[in-house]
Amino acid sequence: MGEKYHFISIWFFIGSLLAVYGVLIFGAGIWELFNPGKTPVIMAHLHVGIWWGAFLVLLGGIYCYKFWPRA
Amino acid sequence: MTLPFCLLQSAPGRLLAMSPVDLLIVIIYFGLVLGIGFYMKKFTKTGEDFFMAGREMTAWIAGLSFISANLGTLEMMGYAAGTYENGILVGHAYWIAAIPAILFLALVMLPFYYICKTHSVPGYVKLRYGEAARSLSAISFAVMTVLMSGINMYGMAVIMKVVLGWDIHFSIWVSSLTVAIYVMAGGLRSAIFNEVLQFFLIWLGCLIIPIVGLIETGGWTGMVERIAKNFPGQDFTHMWASTGTYDNPMGIHWAGIVFGWGLAISFGYWCTDFLIIQRVMAARDLRAAKLGTVIGAFFKMMVPLIVILPGLLGRAVLPFELVSEPVAQQTGQHSFNEVLPLLLVRYCGPGLLGLGVTALIAGFMSGMAGNVSAFATVWTYDIYQPLFRKTASDAHYVRMGRWCTLVGVVVSIGTAYLVMSFRSIIDYAQVVFVFFIVPMFGTVVLGMLWKRTTPAAGFWGLLAGILASFFLWLWVRLDPTAIQYVALSANAKLGMADNIYRAMWSLIVNVVVTVAVTLVTKPKPEAELKGLVYGLTELPSEGHFPLFRRPIFWAAAVAAGFVLLNIIFW
Repeated sequence: MGEKYHFISIWFFIGSLLAVYGVLIFGAGIWELFNPGKTPVIMAHLHVGIWWGAFLVLLGGIYCYKFWPRA
Repeated sequence: MTLPFCLLQSAPGRLLAMSPVDLLIVIIYFGLVLGIGFYMKKFTKTGEDFFMAGREMTAWIAGLSFISANLGTLEMMGYAAGTYENGILVGHAYWIAAIPAILFLALVMLPFYYICKTHSVPGYVKLRYGEAARSLSAISFAVMTVLMSGINMYGMAVIMKVVLGWDIHFSIWVSSLTVAIYVMAGGLRSAIFNEVLQFFLIWLGCLIIPIVGLIETGGWTGMVERIAKNFPGQDFTHMWASTGTYDNPMGIHWAGIVFGWGLAISFGYWCTDFLIIQRVMAARDLRAAKLGTVIGAFFKMMVPLIVILPGLLGRAVLPFELVSEPVAQQTGQHSFNEVLPLLLVRYCGPGLLGLGVTALIAGFMSGMAGNVSAFATVWTYDIYQPLFRKTASDAHYVRMGRWCTLVGVVVSIGTAYLVMSFRSIIDYAQVVFVFFIVPMFGTVVLGMLWKRTTPAAGFWGLLAGILASFFLWLWVRLDPTAIQYVALSANAKLGMADNIYRAMWSLIVNVVVTVAVTLVTKPKPEAELKGLVYGLTELPSEGHFPLFRRPIFWAAAVAAGFVLLNIIFW
């Protein structure tokens, strides 16, 4: 894309955002693991935050790698 | 179309409490969408850049943006609420009332929109029928777009108040000005890029609910068993089985679903609403435009995963029964409208909650960006240029596009405040939306497929369809028993069924009048119809690609998936 102009791919922005979100959600999930809240969510034993955060980091990482801005 | 607006009756309250990490996720989102807008400003210099995103979008970007512009917050929460109330029948909005029309757009109508290189759907109407029909369609579209944008803005603010306890004014101003800034800066390209980003956030934020919900219930079978146990004797999990009569939660017959919802409303919306078509018109070539539309169809078919399934899960797992909004206001119980936030808080801990809330905000902003960018294009090229200033520099029209983006947002904010004072506007707006959008389909499709259709027929057919819809609505409003004539049964219910049948009659009147006027008026010479009408237009080659890279192949795959899903959930 960008025959007239050469700009950073939108997929790179998406990858970056997902990776940052993944780190935050993964970190929050780890924190919850060792410091469970007073009213845990239903199915808390699945530790969804950790899995989903890791998935976002992986997905975001793939997009960042594949669409990294190159000169 | 009716269901999302039930949300706007929501009572104030607060369902969720966000942690610092949740807030950080929301703040990062706002920062990034603004950053993309300012970054794209550097590459937005000409009218083609601002209004058509340079016509260089790939199939994936055009397709995801196409579907993202349609996937608003009100729609997501409204249809989840509707599913809790009426069951899986509401899922027709995503299948019969979407997929055939989107595929028809991709394979039949899109080539004409694309080849004539017009900027908008009213622009096509001008080329095919002349200035009178274009002015009618452009002005009605502009008014409706701003009105709907304001109503959606108010809806989003109500949701933020109910779900998060945020101040309504804060939500309206922050979200809408963010959209205004990034669309003003980067035009359609900025809107499209942010819509693709928002698409990912909507899916990744909402997908947790069905995944964890199905784990909790032991899969689809376990969920259906729980619903049957919790609500014995009621059918919430079949798409067609209960539609042989009007005796189902929606009070609608299969004929109404197929011809009213699946034909009139659906084809009207998907094939002629410029708000969504603008996204695929910005594709880099015809093949990308067609493929993008088919990609959009595929994801539209999948939306029930994040909207309909949560509504059903609410029936299966919530320990209390949700009630209608008036009852909730009297008794303090939770209403249908809160099913999605309730499930969000049930399954999502810190971080995930922020992602879910960001998904709701992204849904609102993608819809609003769609509205304002389409409004800017139609105002500039279909109203301002022909009626006020026929000849001006390209830079002048870009400036006009930027300013009218801001004006469109400000008028939308005004509409949002107007809705606060006069809530009945919401009911009227969705009705008026049906007035204009349905007959447009008859006018445009006849113009594309029948070269005999005359300019006079285009105008009078459109006007007759709009007036027919208006008078039927007025008749039922003055005499509610008239619904038995409009919907062809005394058992039909006002509301959704009323809208659907009115749309069907409006389309019939539009087509009959267009054909009748055509037969007694003089057609345009064939030379003037090249590039606009089937049979007189040479469709450009899509290139020599293997079968699996052609739009027709993937359209057939989506059509097969559509048939299969309807059979599975019959």
